[in-house]
Amino acid sequence: MKVIKIEKSQWSQGLDNLRDAFRLFGPVIEKGFYDYRELAAGQAPDLSFQNTRLSPKSLVFPQSETMLNYSLDPADPERNIMKEAPKDYAPRAVIGLRPCDAKAMVLVKMNFDTEEYQDPYWLNLYNATTFVGLACDAPCGTCFCTSAGCGPYHEEGLDVLLTDRDDHYLAKALTDKGAQLLEKAGWTQAADADTIIEKAKQAAEAKVTSKIETDGLRAADTMALYNAGFWDDVAFACINCGTCTFSCPTCWCFDIQDEAYRTKGVRMRNWDSCMFPIFTVHTTGHNPRDTKTQRVRQRFMHKLKYFVDKYDQGIMCVGCGRCVRQCPVNIDIRKVSALMNALSVQARCAV
Amino acid sequence: MSTYTDKIRETAQRLLKECKVEMVIGFRKGSQPMMNEPCVVRSPEEVDQLIWDSNCGINLANYLTNRKEKIGIVAKGCDSRNIVTHIVENKIAREQLVIIGVPCLGMIDKRKIAAAADGEILSVTEADGQVMVKTAQATQTFAKSDVLQGNCSVCTHRNPVIHDEMIAEPVPEQTDVDPYADVAEIDAMTPEQRHAFFEELLAPCIRCYACRNACPLCYCPTCFVDESKPQWVGKGQDPADVRTFHFLRAYHCAGRCTDCGACQRACPVGINMRLLTKKLNKDCLELYGWEAGLSTETRPALDDYQPNDPENFIH
Repeated sequence: MKVIKIEKSQWSQGLDNLRDAFRLFGPVIEKGFYDYRELAAGQAPDLSFQNTRLSPKSLVFPQSETMLNYSLDPADPERNIMKEAPKDYAPRAVIGLRPCDAKAMVLVKMNFDTEEYQDPYWLNLYNATTFVGLACDAPCGTCFCTSAGCGPYHEEGLDVLLTDRDDHYLAKALTDKGAQLLEKAGWTQAADADTIIEKAKQAAEAKVTSKIETDGLRAADTMALYNAGFWDDVAFACINCGTCTFSCPTCWCFDIQDEAYRTKGVRMRNWDSCMFPIFTVHTTGHNPRDTKTQRVRQRFMHKLKYFVDKYDQGIMCVGCGRCVRQCPVNIDIRKVSALMNALSVQARCAV
Repeated sequence: MSTYTDKIRETAQRLLKECKVEMVIGFRKGSQPMMNEPCVVRSPEEVDQLIWDSNCGINLANYLTNRKEKIGIVAKGCDSRNIVTHIVENKIAREQLVIIGVPCLGMIDKRKIAAAADGEILSVTEADGQVMVKTAQATQTFAKSDVLQGNCSVCTHRNPVIHDEMIAEPVPEQTDVDPYADVAEIDAMTPEQRHAFFEELLAPCIRCYACRNACPLCYCPTCFVDESKPQWVGKGQDPADVRTFHFLRAYHCAGRCTDCGACQRACPVGINMRLLTKKLNKDCLELYGWEAGLSTETRPALDDYQPNDPENFIH
């Protein structure tokens, strides 16, 4: 696809041109931390960030989302009828998504868009969004994207990939959606910059020195990993909070709740976490994952083994490092994966 | 601090060798600057993973709840006070414990360092009351006293209040600090200002419950936010539900909180929810002369009646 040169002097004008057609979202700094927010008129995304504190998954998968509305009013003829909650699925664009977070959207899509079931809430928002990525020239020390099937210039899940070249951006259109966005913005100056981008990509990849070891996981025996002796030690420090799962761009679990007050009610879904004991409690009171070790094992086994077994598309992790940075007790997925991987070498499938 | 580490390892090794304990709970070096990981050591050969420095802010009493083993536990001042509270509340028996007391000079606040550091932090080391922070751009030095966790900077119980072993001589307690200056600021606000203040304080909450789960006091089999019959509080991000969680959690800690700072430290979005618990600590001190976790012999403020208890708040 073609590469467009955007002079930074044309940047904000281009963004303004987009506002007629798109709601714009991007990273902004609040109290010292970056997060994705809807950009107000005239507001440009702050692209001087390494990565945001929370992932952008909430842009298509809000932490709390109303699905249905209903009336409980005895006088209402439509009482007790669940109705689709009004939603704004007008085109939107995220400006300045990191490649790891874009790849995460692709992994999450495997869950929300299957042959059997297409999640309308997630898909409607996803399809309404154009993803404009920003290549990562200064990865964090905790990033391990290059060994997690991703990278600082990874293109999967993006419609446009921006590369910051000091006084200009190079914008590589990756999809028709992306090309249309560039055109609407009025950024049309073609550039012959493939070599420049390739060199910058190699330089950025070389900066990602942290790795995750996963090469043995695919062939490993699932039950040997499940029954491994290290889980108690891995899980000891865990306090079973939801920080890792809530900050993770690839965690997709949710819980459905009804909330009614007087004559009105909503059916909503909220992020849930496999770290919480009530995640698995049955109505009988029985909890099949009653201990913290079982829950910690579930999280790592899902990301590093079950997902691999089910989809054969690599691990369910893009190496953004958020869980590593934010875990209050420093449980580190790289260390856990190394333990699993080392065991994998001894625990190949017998078949 | 390395002498602390050596002494902790020696003590742990001796206790395990002599079969005084089945396990020792302490810290091992983390994979991140300014992070250590709570860990358990079960044999004398494993004690070399134990360490001590100014990044041991997680409260280890949290790992004692309902355990059945005979346990050695590394405890700084606040951990020891929560161990006392655990004993008083029957979450662990005194006879099960060998408490390895650590006189504490405070834990460093990784957020303060991150905010003051010029660029991404590569490593943090400490010596002689100084904290050296290495980034790709520079090496910066801070006085440790300037980068302490908020609770540590006003702590008046640095020495363990209960211990079976001590790994060093007690450190001087701070006497010239006002632990409740921040509470007084909020007390001085008008109700409208206070409402706005709490609204802003809690706005970033993502309800991960790291504050609750890092807290040794929060050991209910099912927390009220997780109850479904009846459901006390909504599960979404409605600010009223978020506030309900925080305010009720704070009230459940009334007369029990030691201001160990584990909640604030654990919060991924940096909320200082200690402001809520500290108000209740202040009330308990002013009304009942009570500070939590100082003695296994006295009953907690809200678990006890004295004829001279103040009652002027009853209308």
